[in-house]
Amino acid sequence: MSINEIQDQIINDFSLLDGDMEMSNIYLMELGQKLTDLPEKDKIEDNVVKGCQSKVWLTAELNNDNVVFYADSNTAITKGLVSLLVRVYSNQSPQDILNSELYFIEKIGMSRFIGTQRSNGFGAMIKQMKLYAIALQAKTE
Amino acid sequence: MEKIIQNIDIKAIRKDFPILSQQVNGKPLIYFDNAATNQKPSSVIHALTSYYSHDNANIHRGNHTLADRATAAFEDTRKAVQQFIEAKEAEEIIFTSGTTESINLVASTYGRANIKEGDEIIISGMEHHSNIVPWQLLCEEKGAVLKVIPVNELGEIEFSKFEQLLSEKTKIVSIVFASNSLGTINPIRKIIDKSHQFGAIVLVDGAQAAAHLEIDVVELDCDFFALSAHKMYGPTGVGVLYGKRELLESIPPYKGGGEMIKEVTFENTTYNDIPYKFEAGTPNIADVIAFKNAIEFINKIGKETIAEHEIELLAYATEKIKKIDRVKIIGEAKEKVSVLSFIVDDIHHFDIGQMMDARGIAVRTGHHCTQPLMHQFNIEGTVRASFSVYNTKEEIDELIISLEKIIKIL
Repeated sequence: MSINEIQDQIINDFSLLDGDMEMSNIYLMELGQKLTDLPEKDKIEDNVVKGCQSKVWLTAELNNDNVVFYADSNTAITKGLVSLLVRVYSNQSPQDILNSELYFIEKIGMSRFIGTQRSNGFGAMIKQMKLYAIALQAKTE
Repeated sequence: MEKIIQNIDIKAIRKDFPILSQQVNGKPLIYFDNAATNQKPSSVIHALTSYYSHDNANIHRGNHTLADRATAAFEDTRKAVQQFIEAKEAEEIIFTSGTTESINLVASTYGRANIKEGDEIIISGMEHHSNIVPWQLLCEEKGAVLKVIPVNELGEIEFSKFEQLLSEKTKIVSIVFASNSLGTINPIRKIIDKSHQFGAIVLVDGAQAAAHLEIDVVELDCDFFALSAHKMYGPTGVGVLYGKRELLESIPPYKGGGEMIKEVTFENTTYNDIPYKFEAGTPNIADVIAFKNAIEFINKIGKETIAEHEIELLAYATEKIKKIDRVKIIGEAKEKVSVLSFIVDDIHHFDIGQMMDARGIAVRTGHHCTQPLMHQFNIEGTVRASFSVYNTKEEIDELIISLEKIIKIL
């Protein structure tokens, strides 16, 4: 599936919640629980995307010229948000990641998490994913 | 006292705060983030629009009617603050942008002029970053030493340890009156007396205390007192530094510019008298003027009455929250302002804050700009509910019900 197809799927999933913030939070936490755990050895300071209140760990590797992301967070709701980003960007080519525009976050009513790096590191995580894409793109060339 | 509390008409007071009547995420707003900033009554909001609609002019040097009106209103607030904290003279009241600037002002003027290598400055372990960093900067510049009064597990300073820290080397003691993250009220009077015995001057960070506790700077005998208008129903961007006249007169100016001068030549500048010596540039006129309405709001209800109501809310909330499994209160000092900080086993405060927000409840989560204190309790942060005059027991019931549900879900 393309990045945009996945984004549209997420928007569709969230539309069933009708903008209910509590249900959205609960749904996010469920999604977070399903995210593959990051091995403890990768939960190191070097992999931390800094936020003021919650921590996000992020790593990436190449698999058949596509980027695969692994992530985790110490807070349940942020972990859910993180899982959405992993879903959208994992198994995509570095070029597609770099060319992409993330519109699902606003459409599912989560734009408050972007640009508030102070509170949860979500905005910083998006930037870090693109930096990984640039770094890994060099390896494919 | 019970009788006075019953006389408070919370419903009428709430009507005076337009912001409280809204819904957030489909639920009636419950605002429990008062320690960060509290809400503004109509009189304060009206004063702001009225000033810009009728009286806006630059103050002090104008030679026309609007400038006269604006100047008079600005200086009226200075007098209102003077009376509010019982200072001897209005000239001892300096307007700043907030408590942070007030503390920085003292560190950069009194501090730079008086601190030498090897001198010591004492703060406590529960200080806000704004009462830590300015002193660290000063110590770094001067080669002075910052000493910290330890805090016990209840969140109270250890007074005997403070006495041990004091010596002839102590030049400044800068201490918070009421802790923003724990609510602890410090024995300020005792601290000031003890510090003076060693010849140190004392700055009191009154940001969290000003709206809740009686303040009489003469009786306290503090040398400096800092507060913020926005934590006492007033506008943001206004703070106060009180200083004893002889101290203010003896220290150099803070910023250079207009208003703070008597005469300027390229060779030499003579400075204006206090308080203007410390008020360079056009001040935050509108907000200072509206601050007077906030003081009048507090005076009208009576600070004692407000405090009684808030303490009753705190006691009510504390009792209820203690009954919830896995909840631990952080900060159980005997004397507290209406701040309830807590953590829940295995649930991150960020998630609790988000879930509360989904239910229309505004609480603060995080380290509350007191990271060293959080380290001491070995935690990253807390959930903090703080109460103001317009809060009710029904709102606390809602907080408790929500917390129980959130713990179940998470």
